[in-house]
Amino acid sequence: MNTVLKGKTLVYGKNIDTDQIYPGRYLELVEPQEIASHAMEGVDPNFSEKFNKGDIIIADKNFGCGSSREHAVITLKTVGVSAIISESFARIFYRNSINLGLPLIICQGILDFVNEGDELEVHLIEGKIKNITTGKEIFGEKLPSFVLDMIAEGGIKQYYIKKKNVKK
Amino acid sequence: MHALEKILAKASGKEDVSAGEIVNAKIDLAEVNDLYLQTIKSFYEMGGDKVWDPSKIAFVLDHYAPAPSILSASNQKEMREFVWNQEIEHLFDVNTGVCHQVMVEGGLVYPGMILVATDSHTTTHGAFGAFGTGVGATDLASIMLTGELWFKVPEVIKIEIKGNLKRGVMAKDIILHILGELGTDIAVYKAIEFTGDTLKNLNISERMVLCNMTVEMGAKTSYIQPDEITLKYLNDRGIKDFKVFETDSDFEYSEVYQFDISNLEPQIALPHSVDNGTDIGNVKRMKVDQVFIGTCTGGRLEDIEIAAQVIKDNKVNKKTRLVIIPASNEIMEKAVEKGYVSTLIRAGATFSSPGCGPCLGTHQGLLAPGEVCATTSSRNFPGRMGSTEADIYLVSPATAAAIAINGCIADPRDYLKI
Ligand code: SF4
Repeated sequence: MNTVLKGKTLVYGKNIDTDQIYPGRYLELVEPQEIASHAMEGVDPNFSEKFNKGDIIIADKNFGCGSSREHAVITLKTVGVSAIISESFARIFYRNSINLGLPLIICQGILDFVNEGDELEVHLIEGKIKNITTGKEIFGEKLPSFVLDMIAEGGIKQYYIKKKNVKK
Repeated sequence: MHALEKILAKASGKEDVSAGEIVNAKIDLAEVNDLYLQTIKSFYEMGGDKVWDPSKIAFVLDHYAPAPSILSASNQKEMREFVWNQEIEHLFDVNTGVCHQVMVEGGLVYPGMILVATDSHTTTHGAFGAFGTGVGATDLASIMLTGELWFKVPEVIKIEIKGNLKRGVMAKDIILHILGELGTDIAVYKAIEFTGDTLKNLNISERMVLCNMTVEMGAKTSYIQPDEITLKYLNDRGIKDFKVFETDSDFEYSEVYQFDISNLEPQIALPHSVDNGTDIGNVKRMKVDQVFIGTCTGGRLEDIEIAAQVIKDNKVNKKTRLVIIPASNEIMEKAVEKGYVSTLIRAGATFSSPGCGPCLGTHQGLLAPGEVCATTSSRNFPGRMGSTEADIYLVSPATAAAIAINGCIADPRDYLKI
């Protein structure tokens, strides 16, 4: 797995809940590509114009609060968000992201460290975040090793498939 | 150890556990609702063939009950077929109600158990001394595969509530007040236990309201120590086989908060955040287009009862709609028996079939841009109940009924003899 990610940033506020990331009226959709077409619709109607594959989402505290919908992660992962860095994440969103292989980094002070559009280089193993635009560096929390393993496998599904094959 | 830690320790085959530790726990009940066909897809994608234990899985078709679109109908069809093929024992179809209510009525919830569901409000079951928590579809699929799930043992926050509620003030007001004071992320990754003398006067439904909304503070799970009220409720439902865990006297809570609710006024949470609560008297009497009484937070028998008492011989304001959706069929039946339904229908209310209704913005009463809604549900995020340009206010069922009569923000105490 590539543990060093590069991308431009899009910056959002605090308490961005899953109803905003993925509105409830689309919950009956099950195909990832269809789900992807409604990413961040409730937060930022211009998201799809602004967003480029590989971009990194930056957010203030409690990103992903509210409902347990995995659609919120599927939509961001499928459009091509490479990582999300936030002051803190809601618990179910955090689990869902790790399970689906979308890296998250908890980083105090991230909002003072980036402006929208800055280019970042994120080192997942060390938790190091380098702002290429400003030349500064900051450290977020390191991901626990089992989480890194899970992301390295591509998510929990691959992890179980591999485990099953080993048993056989 | 805390009772919750003892529950996790037992389920993971350990003598003791402590906060921060990661454990793999055996799950007593895994529940999937009809938003999550993904659960079944993930199960097969992970190489699943037969589920680990058909007696410990429940499917509840409640969010789209009955199906409002071809797509949701197809998703439900696939779920039923999965349930039948896998011989899963518990299917609550569209004729039953909201998962957190029907699982309880169905006798599936008891103290000391670990209940995991694809729904964030699974914290509700702390009202029974169960460890209840919400997960996403793929986590749930991994339980269907293995019967286990990893957990980080949470720190526990104690919230002590004392005093007696005044007439017209409800459990919903307590939790809106607490949320307003503590905010939406106070308990991220943590558990919340409620204690204090107020609980002695709160019945199971009211305790469920408190525990239900702990997730709005970020909580992983919640807990109320089972007492005579809990045991009587369980006994009445014929549930006898369980173990009650108790917290050791030397257990150290991560934080302790105290609230005296003796003088609490009816609360209202303003758009667009659950923690924007204030006394009803502080809000101007703006026009309200729709009032909604229902959901796993505010659609129980007691909620419909107080609405009927407030409304009595009054009529719903001509420029307001009152939508009422009992949380379950059992509640609907009792509300009919007791005459609440006719009182409310005569007043001009619209009843819909038990389920989640418009709570999550899918059907049965969505909001147009620019509309204002007062609801007994738990969330007022932008777009939660329809248009992102609608404003949602969270209130108790008593307050909701007073608002329906007036067509604008109102105080229920004006309609209840004190
Ligand atoms: S009633 Fe609302 S909060 Fe409760 S389970 Fe249904 S959608 Fe979720």
